Amino acid sequence: MSDTNFEPKIVAFCCHYCAYAAADLSGSMRLQYPPNVRIIRTPCTGRLEVEYYMRAFENGADGILVAGCLEGGCHFIDGNLFAKKRVNSTRDMIEECGIEKERLRMINNSAAMAQNLVNVINEMVVTIKKLGPNPIKKNKLTIKEETTK
Amino acid sequence: MIVAERKKIPELYEIIKEHKQILVLGCGTCVTVCLAGGEREVSIIASALRIASRTAGNPIRVNEFTIERQCDNVFIEGAAEAIKNNDAVLSLGCGAGVQAIAERYPDKPVYAGLDTSFLGILEERGVWTEKCAQCGACVLADFGGICPVTRCAKHMLNGPCGGSREDRCEIDAKQPCAWQLIYTRMKNIGQLDKLKEIHSIKNWGTSLDGGSRTIIREDHRI
Repeated sequence: MSDTNFEPKIVAFCCHYCAYAAADLSGSMRLQYPPNVRIIRTPCTGRLEVEYYMRAFENGADGILVAGCLEGGCHFIDGNLFAKKRVNSTRDMIEECGIEKERLRMINNSAAMAQNLVNVINEMVVTIKKLGPNPIKKNKLTIKEETTK
Repeated sequence: MIVAERKKIPELYEIIKEHKQILVLGCGTCVTVCLAGGEREVSIIASALRIASRTAGNPIRVNEFTIERQCDNVFIEGAAEAIKNNDAVLSLGCGAGVQAIAERYPDKPVYAGLDTSFLGILEERGVWTEKCAQCGACVLADFGGICPVTRCAKHMLNGPCGGSREDRCEIDAKQPCAWQLIYTRMKNIGQLDKLKEIHSIKNWGTSLDGGSRTIIREDHRI
């Protein structure tokens, strides 16, 4: 896959109380953002386990965006602060595995910050396009060959 | 409980890279409580190894299984099928668990996925501290329940050494001085006079000296 044709797949875990509403608002405001993101609504970013990020990368996600409430504004008091720690430790772990840590990013975004969310998604698409496809995809063919044996 | 830490993924990959299919085997006892080798960690480490092996261009099939206790034959039996179906086992149990599996399956490579660190307690969420050095001859009764063998950096039975600053150890300012803790505790429980006793040289023969230790209870043997 050449870099010019590469369209990254980005999984965006959006908190129901803020970023998901901001994504909704961006629609109402007619703000455009690239179709590379697949938004998954979560009850709180504190609900997201490290496994979720690992499984997403394992299954071929080129990037993951975790969007939670502003610090101090979590509906569940400190779920977004737990998420921040988990995202940071997962960034270290994926780097150990050979995946660039820039592929996983967390932002704090209120329900009213639609423009900010759109800007972040645009930035993230640019970042991932520069990095290229998820490195595990290089060996996809090899895995298939092994499976058929 | 036994406290352990996971090894780094590149080190684990180096260990397993020659195999085509491995089993990451978790343990549901101590290492689950210290968040190093339970079902959740098995899932994360297995996922990380699959990614690492693919990014390195050498895809390895990594399967997952967790048993209640790896240091007990009764529970190991539950993993028999999973162990049989894989080329090797990466055990996320403590050192005892890894060896128990290896003894039970003499022709199966068994590797340790964790660094077993110490015998300790959960101090607060995410913080574990060492409390027992398993010396084999407990002296806690003489020191108000605070172990100088484990918690004093110099293992002094007749302390303090005189090097502590305020209530901190001179070896590491983050560590409290065990002898300060012992003094305060003995004062609180009204046993300060016990500290006037001079303790003779400790018999380390009950410790690791002379190879691994065995306890045989004839009254419980069948």
